[in-house]
Amino acid sequence: MDNLIIGGIELKSRLFIGTGKYPNHKSMYEAIESCGTQVVTMALRRVDLDSKEDNIIEFIPKDCILLPNTSGARNAEEAVRIARLAKAMGCGNWIKIEVISDNKYLLPDNYETIKATEILAKEGFIVLPYMSPDLMAGKMLVDVGAAAVMPLGSPIGTNRGIRTKELVQIMIDEINAPIIVDAGIGRPSEAAEAMEMGAAAVLVNTAIATSGNPIQMAKAFSLAVEAGRIAYNAKLGATGSLAKASSPLTGFLGEGDK
Amino acid sequence: MELLNYMEKYKNIDLYSYFSQLTKEDVKRAISSRKPSIIDYLTLLSPIAGDFLEEMAQRAHTISLQNFGKSVLLYTPLYLSNYCVNLCSYCSFHSRNKIKRKKLNMDEIETEAKEISALGLKHILILTGESRKETPVEYIIEAVEVLKKYFDSISIEVYPLKEDEYARLIEVGVDGLTIYQEVYDEKVYNKVHIAGPKKEYSFRLEAPERACRAKIRGVNIGALLGLNDWRKEAFMTGVHADYLQNKYPEVEVSVSLPRIRPHVGMVSNYDVVEDKNLVQIMLATRIFLPRAGITISTRERKELRDNLVGLGVTKMSAGVSTEVGGHSSTEKTESQFDISDTRTVAEMKQMLLSKGYQPILKDWMHI
Ligand code: SF4
Repeated sequence: MDNLIIGGIELKSRLFIGTGKYPNHKSMYEAIESCGTQVVTMALRRVDLDSKEDNIIEFIPKDCILLPNTSGARNAEEAVRIARLAKAMGCGNWIKIEVISDNKYLLPDNYETIKATEILAKEGFIVLPYMSPDLMAGKMLVDVGAAAVMPLGSPIGTNRGIRTKELVQIMIDEINAPIIVDAGIGRPSEAAEAMEMGAAAVLVNTAIATSGNPIQMAKAFSLAVEAGRIAYNAKLGATGSLAKASSPLTGFLGEGDK
Repeated sequence: MELLNYMEKYKNIDLYSYFSQLTKEDVKRAISSRKPSIIDYLTLLSPIAGDFLEEMAQRAHTISLQNFGKSVLLYTPLYLSNYCVNLCSYCSFHSRNKIKRKKLNMDEIETEAKEISALGLKHILILTGESRKETPVEYIIEAVEVLKKYFDSISIEVYPLKEDEYARLIEVGVDGLTIYQEVYDEKVYNKVHIAGPKKEYSFRLEAPERACRAKIRGVNIGALLGLNDWRKEAFMTGVHADYLQNKYPEVEVSVSLPRIRPHVGMVSNYDVVEDKNLVQIMLATRIFLPRAGITISTRERKELRDNLVGLGVTKMSAGVSTEVGGHSSTEKTESQFDISDTRTVAEMKQMLLSKGYQPILKDWMHI
C-alpha cells in the first residue's frame, strides 16, 4: 500500500485505533497488535501514570505513535491545557483535538476546535482535529495548521456508518490535507467504503472494542482498510445509471462516414 | 422557577390511568424507539412493561455497550462529618438521634485520603450531614484542598448550596455534585422531612441546576426509592435529568437508584421496591437517557450488583464505609445506613474483570 505521511512521519497502516471501551487493557493490546496499526489514540484524562497495572500507556506497543486526545474538553482553552499536559507527561507532540460541549450526542464544536488547533499548531504540535464535516471549517483547520482533518462519519459510538458521506466526499475532494474518517464506522465494509472514497485513513474504536472478538475484528478492519485503499488507487470503474444500449439510438450519426 | 414550572407539567399526570390504556404494542414501540420521548419513558415504567424486561435488557445492553463500552468506573465515598440539623425519618444521622457525632479535622482527612488512595481509587465523593454550622463551605473547601493531592476527581454530597458557593468549590477543584431530591412528591417530601432546612423543597430541587450554572462538570441526582410509589419517583427523576441534559448539554448528568436500607432511627411504612422493579427503572432510564451515567451503590447486595453490570450501570462504589473516619480510624461512629455489598476494591475489580468488564479507576483529572 502507498504510505501516508502525517507530520513528516510515514505510516504504513491507514487504520488508527481508539483505546476506550475495551473489557481490559490486555485485549486492547492484542487488538492493536493484530491489526498492525501505528497510531493509537487515548483519552489523556484516563491515563494513570501512578499505576503500573492501570496505566494504559504501558499497554500500547512502543512502536506506535501515541495520539492523546483532549476528550473532556468543553472549549478551546481546556483542549489547549490538556494538550500541553500530554506533552509534559511525555506523550509526544501529536494531539487529537476533541472539543465537545454536547454530552447527549457528543458532537464536536467546530468553532472552538479551530481556535484550539491554531494555538497548538503554532506551538509545534501535530494537530489532528475531530470535527463535524463541513468544508469551510475543514479548510480553516488546515489554514491554521492542522496536519490532517478528522470528520465524523456518524456520532461517536453509533456504529451507523458514514451517514455524512456526501459532506465527507466533498472534503476529500476539496481539501489539501489528509482526511481521516473518525467516529461512526461500525463495520469493516464501511471502513473499506471510506477508503474507496479517498479518505487518507480511518479511526475505529467502538466497533472493535465492543465486538465479540476484538482481535479478529481489528484484523478484519485492517484488511478492509487495505482493500479500500487499493481499490481507490486502482480507480474504480465508472458507474452509470443508464444502460449502455448495444445499438445506440444515435448510432446512425456516424453511418454516413463509412 | 423554570424547573418548577417544567416539573409541574408532569407532576399531575395520572400515571395509572395512562398505564391502564397501554398495550403491549405501545411498550414494544417505546423499547425500539430511536429517540424515546418522556412519554415513552413513562411507558417503560408501566406495569405492563414489567413483562418485557428481557427485551428492555437487550436494548439497554446494546445502548450501554455503544456509549460506555465494557467498563465501569469505581469510586468511594468519604464521610467527613455526621453532624446534621435535619430530621429526616429515614436516616440515622438525624438531629434528634443520640449518636456519637464526629467531624474529621484536616489531619484526619489526610489520613483517610492516604488509606483510600493506596487502594488505587482516584475518584472520591465527600459527604457530610447537613450542618452549615459544623461543616461550613470553608471547611469543605479546606478538605478539598487536602484531597486534591490524592485524587483526580472530587465530588461532593452536602447540603444544597447557593450558586456562588458552588462556583467557589468548583474553583478549588470540585467537579461533581451528588444531591438527591429523596422524594419528588411534595406531600411525601414534607412528611418525611420532619424538621430542619431540608424542608425547603424547591431550594433542594434547584440545587443541581445552580451547580450547572456554576459550570460543574457533572451532576448526579436521584430519588430515595422506597419513600413513595417508585414509578412516580422514577418518572420524575427522569423528567428532572432530561431537563438538565437539554438545558446544560455540557454537563454530564447521572442518575442514582438508591433503595432504602436499614438504619438507626425511625421506621416508617416503606413502598417496597423489589429487585425486578429496580431493574425496570434502570433499563427504562438507560433507554430514555442513553448517555446518562447510572450509579448503583453498595446499598445493594453483591449478587444483584454483579448482575446489573452490562444493563446500564456506569459507576459503582467500592470499599465503602458509611461511618465518619471509617477507612482508617479504630474509633467507630454510627454508620448512615448499613451497606450490603462489603467487598473491597480489589474484589470489585476482580468481579468486573471476570464479567469481561474493565474496572476504571481514573477517567478524569483536573487541568
Ligand atoms: S438524610 Fe441527610 S439531612 Fe437527613 S438526617 Fe440524614 S444526613 Fe441529615
